[in-house]
Amino acid sequence: MKSYQQAFAEMKNQNRTALIPFFVIGDPDFDTSLAIVKAAVDAGADILELGIPFSDPIADGPTIQKADIRAMRSGMNLPKALEFIRKVKQHKDIPIGLLMYYNLIQQYGLGRVAGFQPAIRGRDALDTGPGRFFKDFHEAGVNSVLVADLSIDDADEVTGPARSAGLDTVFMVTPNTEPDRMKRIAAKTTGFIYTVSLLGVTGSRQALSTAVEGLIRQLKSLTNVPICVGFGVSTPEHAKSIADAGADGVIIGSRLVAMIESNLNDPRAASKEIAQFLGRVKAALAHRRSDR
Amino acid sequence: MKHSGRFGEYGGYYVPEVLIPALEELEEAFDRFHEDKAFVAELAQLYKDYAGRPSPLYHTRRFSEYVGFHVYLKREDLLHGGAHKINNSLGQGLLAKYMGKTKLIAETGAGQHGLATSMVGALLGMKTKIFMGVTDIERQSVNVHKMRLCGAEVVPVEGGTGTLKDAINDALRYWTANVTDTFYLFGSAAGPHPYPTIVKHFQSCIGRETRQQCLEQAGRLPDMVVACVGGGSNAIGMFAGFLDDKGVRLIGVEAGGKGLKTGKHAASLTAGRVGILHGARAYLLQDENGQVLDTESISAGLDYAAVGPEHCYLKDTGRAEYVAAEDDEVLDTFELLTKLEGILPALESTHALAYIVSQKGKLPPETVAIVNLSGRGDKDVGIVEKARSESIADCGFGPLG
Repeated sequence: MKSYQQAFAEMKNQNRTALIPFFVIGDPDFDTSLAIVKAAVDAGADILELGIPFSDPIADGPTIQKADIRAMRSGMNLPKALEFIRKVKQHKDIPIGLLMYYNLIQQYGLGRVAGFQPAIRGRDALDTGPGRFFKDFHEAGVNSVLVADLSIDDADEVTGPARSAGLDTVFMVTPNTEPDRMKRIAAKTTGFIYTVSLLGVTGSRQALSTAVEGLIRQLKSLTNVPICVGFGVSTPEHAKSIADAGADGVIIGSRLVAMIESNLNDPRAASKEIAQFLGRVKAALAHRRSDR
Repeated sequence: MKHSGRFGEYGGYYVPEVLIPALEELEEAFDRFHEDKAFVAELAQLYKDYAGRPSPLYHTRRFSEYVGFHVYLKREDLLHGGAHKINNSLGQGLLAKYMGKTKLIAETGAGQHGLATSMVGALLGMKTKIFMGVTDIERQSVNVHKMRLCGAEVVPVEGGTGTLKDAINDALRYWTANVTDTFYLFGSAAGPHPYPTIVKHFQSCIGRETRQQCLEQAGRLPDMVVACVGGGSNAIGMFAGFLDDKGVRLIGVEAGGKGLKTGKHAASLTAGRVGILHGARAYLLQDENGQVLDTESISAGLDYAAVGPEHCYLKDTGRAEYVAAEDDEVLDTFELLTKLEGILPALESTHALAYIVSQKGKLPPETVAIVNLSGRGDKDVGIVEKARSESIADCGFGPLG
């Protein structure tokens, strides 16, 4: 299984910035979603960031929220997400990061054990919860799990089980993160730092936040772990300016998810449009500014 | 953060990293100001002259006679705005002012917290945005008009079932993008730390006054104190006055909706499983995969899938008991109290009264029970009328029956 370390080393050798598309698993349904993700891989994705749909995605804007709803309505759940990831890995050995909300990890396997019995706690039930979750998803081919609603203060609740399952850790840094916290975040990160380009939730934006460049520079001075930038990255030009600022990877989510939304009647058109768009971004990321 | 915000295993602050600086700033400001002399004096003045505190404790006459023991009502319904929500909105609004913030946002279910925050926004001259689910906007339209008259912008939220949970989601999203100049005035004793602690602090005047008033009127402490629980702000404010009085039973009443067996309810403590929503670990109504379930209740203010973390702790330790009252009992009780006492209770508070009615004839006549009448029911008259005409139609007694 390809590791983040291998992937980022490859890109460094080729003087490239990683192209990291984001999709919600099962949006709009299992088969269409799988076809879209495969098309994105074929179009040159270096790493995949995949979201598990949640009923209350507080870190996401309307575009990804709607994708979550589409995926859940078509029956996406954690067992099916495991199957989805296995199929992607059969297509190509590409590093996969999950982006999700904490309650799903906490409840993993619990419903199966407890049924709808009230008040059964995770710690009372064997073989459920975070430990089992990380083990199962690592076996399916996942490299890391980023928990959107878990700050570095509570990271120890998951880093232990994640590391012992063989996963890398990925945490977020935002433009308002204090330098001290940045250091703590960097120290707990083994995969990459997911750098949020702006104050806000996910979503396409016209212009890229001006805070990005300074943020990347600051992080680079604090740590050697790879820095990937997401939230509001919507055009090849945005991607290029992030690459030029020194980022190791560019994460594009809402723009791609919007393409799925606008092609719900024609799944093949969605794959095609996404592949073409990613091709343009890939080209924009091909040659980094040489004065770095 | 300085404190963990835990009540036993519950609470905490499970939020995206981007919200941490705002929560830290809030925690620091609360620590600094809540016992500050000038702050305390200004808030006390506003409680008295603006909100109408202390609210009376009323020994019901015919209602007590009906149930067969002494029932006292803490009349939070008489406060400005018609509910206990003003206590917390004044406290947090003033805190926002001391912090130098210029804009307020809030979520609302029944509209009582939205209204209280809109009033405080007008009072303090702050720009105010209220996030409210589309379902709630429809069923509580009078409160929406009042908020707009106070100068607030009411933002309709369409996600999910268009109720309180969805309003909180969108308020959190908005706050994430506007953390620098905006104060999120959270209305319930739920959400991420430090909100459960802050809301309890500003609502604890209810319990403090009640304890004193009961000693004066009944000559002793009550046997039980009863309050409705959605997120749990009025209940925790009332319970706060009696936590150390071990002989006083604390009873929280959740929304049983159409009945716990139907799955159409909002009784997180009674029928939920521990989970994480809106920044806190708490009892949560969720499916087997951990997706949060839609809730249902006749009262918009209790229509919430989670509950404040301190209530979870009080349940586990056995200090408080939690039960559920169903919509039908609530409707009957609404009419009963109005007929016997001439007091229209909010449907939320009526849940607590319904528990009292369920104890009719089961308790010794010298029992002293206090119900927190957390809000007035004027806003609910239309809902009750509609529910009654529907249930008559269901029975085949409609115009064509």
